[in-house]
Amino acid sequence: MMLKSREELAAYRQSCEAALSNQSIRVLVCAGTGCVAGGSLEIYKRLIELCEEMKLDVQVTLEKEVSHEGIGIKKSGCHGFCELGPLVKIEPMGWLYLQVKLEDCEEIAEKTLKNRQKVERLFYHDETGMYEKQFDIPFYKNQTRIVLDECGQIDADSIDEYIAFGGYKALERALFEMDSEQICTEIEESGLRGRGGGGYPAGRKWVQVLNQKETERYVVCNGDEGDPGAFMDRSIMEGNPHRMLEGMLIAGIATKAREGYIYVRAEYPLAVDRLKRSIDAAQRAGLLGDNILGTDFSFNIHINQGAGAFVCGEGSALTASIEGERGMPRVKPPRTVEAGLFSKPTVLNNVETYANVPLIITNGVDWYRSIGTETSPGTKAFAITGNVKNTGLIEVPMGTTLREVVFDIGGGIKNDQEFKAVQIGGPSGGCLTLGAGQLDLPLDFDSLKKVGAMIGSGGLVVMDEHTCMVEVARFFMNFTQNESCGKCVPCREGTRRMLEILERIVGGTGKLEDIDLLEELANTVSKTALCGLGKTAANPVLSTLKYFREEYIAHVVDKKCPAGACQALKVYKINPDKCKGCSKCARQCPVGAISGEIKSPFTIDTDKCIKCGACKSACAFSAVEEV
Amino acid sequence: MEQNFDFKAVDSILEFYGNEQKNLITILQCVQADHRYLPREILEYIAEKMGISLAKIYSVATFYENFSLDPKGKYVIKICDGTACHVRKSIPILEKVRETLGVTAEKPTTSDMMFTVETVSCLGACGLAPVMTINDKVYPAMTPEKAVELLNAVREEDNE
Repeated sequence: MMLKSREELAAYRQSCEAALSNQSIRVLVCAGTGCVAGGSLEIYKRLIELCEEMKLDVQVTLEKEVSHEGIGIKKSGCHGFCELGPLVKIEPMGWLYLQVKLEDCEEIAEKTLKNRQKVERLFYHDETGMYEKQFDIPFYKNQTRIVLDECGQIDADSIDEYIAFGGYKALERALFEMDSEQICTEIEESGLRGRGGGGYPAGRKWVQVLNQKETERYVVCNGDEGDPGAFMDRSIMEGNPHRMLEGMLIAGIATKAREGYIYVRAEYPLAVDRLKRSIDAAQRAGLLGDNILGTDFSFNIHINQGAGAFVCGEGSALTASIEGERGMPRVKPPRTVEAGLFSKPTVLNNVETYANVPLIITNGVDWYRSIGTETSPGTKAFAITGNVKNTGLIEVPMGTTLREVVFDIGGGIKNDQEFKAVQIGGPSGGCLTLGAGQLDLPLDFDSLKKVGAMIGSGGLVVMDEHTCMVEVARFFMNFTQNESCGKCVPCREGTRRMLEILERIVGGTGKLEDIDLLEELANTVSKTALCGLGKTAANPVLSTLKYFREEYIAHVVDKKCPAGACQALKVYKINPDKCKGCSKCARQCPVGAISGEIKSPFTIDTDKCIKCGACKSACAFSAVEEV
Repeated sequence: MEQNFDFKAVDSILEFYGNEQKNLITILQCVQADHRYLPREILEYIAEKMGISLAKIYSVATFYENFSLDPKGKYVIKICDGTACHVRKSIPILEKVRETLGVTAEKPTTSDMMFTVETVSCLGACGLAPVMTINDKVYPAMTPEKAVELLNAVREEDNE
């Protein structure tokens, strides 16, 4: 099937739509990384087997040229509700089955697929009741899914389904109804800002590339989603790869480029696999390659797999890595739009940004600007994780408040603990706290920047009262220090010294002066480092110092961890009321710090104690307590 | 330890991707996929074939976390210590696994070359935190106890 004109694509779309409507029931088994780990692929296979045994007509692909009805069973991308996976969605009813096990397949096949009945026990339940439809569940109801809409709704591996759902319509419009300038103008007017963290207007970038004298240009997609706690881009690449390819194609038309590169993290093998197959399918369909749809526009897309270097998320390091070099950033200018990949003008956007592009071209600027805020239009996908009830992938309009995200969608804090803070933007970001009244802060580029945090790529890690903020700062500093490429002194040396100080503080040997030194170092590194990684490396320190200075002081002055998390600052004591004097703890203690007489309460010598916790795990009466 | 390497396989990798510098990382990834590490002999061979200095190849190979110049075990265990896994207690899992296998951060591979234990910054499976992987298969919602059971299961399966 090589489509050679707009008419051929339109006719092909009709045949795909017809094939889709022939599937009277569509079963979408989530095959995102999360659900696959939960065993969703076995569920997928079992459902097909069962249907075949029952002599039901199963279609695993869109079967064109058949006129009878059938049951479509497919592997979709991430539905987002990873906490309760594996997920199975039944369309057109909109039912969502959660935590499906292999044993549940027979009931699903018999009841739902054969007789169109519900399996109620697999629906979502909480204290407010039972929800059979996916979009009635509070987790989904409060979201606006426009970029992730098809993740979980379509077969991630099928270009036919993407086309049936209106895919490549934006490409059609860009190719046949617009010229490069018009596309750039439309993207600029839409107000689309880069979703990778910086928030730079995408359209402005495109115009700058278009206006370069050099005619060899590149379109690069940054899929090196390295922020720990973020997986939005992974889900798009796995769940709806064609949307992103279509966005890159449109960027190609807009900037008159002929070659595109996708740089994907090595930790995302499934995404690489799905992208490869999608590129093949698009090539076979004539939507990638030479003379696309019979026009004189030609465009190819290559995939480069990263090799594990966080700094490669930085533009100039990423292009160096695609060139086969060490992924080290360089001094700017010249900027990537002037001299990026192979020193040619380069458009570099991230996965989510490209996935927004087809929506804008298809639905128009006014529609796009009706979502989100004046200065940050559209939506943002967040990966909400940590100590929150509903973890997963969500999408909300820009400007949604933190409260709505954590409590309405996230369902509040796990185990009904108190909310303490969220860490946003990964190791480059900061924290938003209850104490500073930031629960009602709108999440958009500018509001976050004002309070010293950033959207980053969209990782939101929720922390409860038992999380020590100094330890959080240490954790991120450890990460950044590890990932510092070593090219510039402020980052290479500064992150190491900051880490040492933080380790002293959580280790109970910090001094009061350490806090001032830490702050001074943090400010210096922020001002003097070469690239984005170094410039933002101190953000978690500065932000926790700003909002949780008293926790730092408690660690160095009182030698106490207020959250009770730092092992080195714990003191183990035996509660004499609970102790039966069995001597089990004393026998377990590796340093002989516990003594006492049988049948009367034992005691721990805190000078000898190494705080290993062996006594606590050994005690059958919960008499050993941490204070 | 003197080993014979299959240079023919290296030849076909080089032929497939071409000798330009821009393909170096991909080529190294293929070599590592075959050998589970980058043997010096093969790097020397590649340097000569590609006309790139060995120093240059080493500079690239040592820059990226995923490349290893030391042989790895048959089963590579990665314990995720990304933010989400970290706040859901990934470190006790790492400690338990290291203790069980008798490995450390400095010596991550068991002497029988069965297991290598590493940490990874984020696998992007944060909804299932804490997670670990064994040869890229993801195991969700781990605890130190579950990790030990898993290790035993892998050992048993390997014995069969």
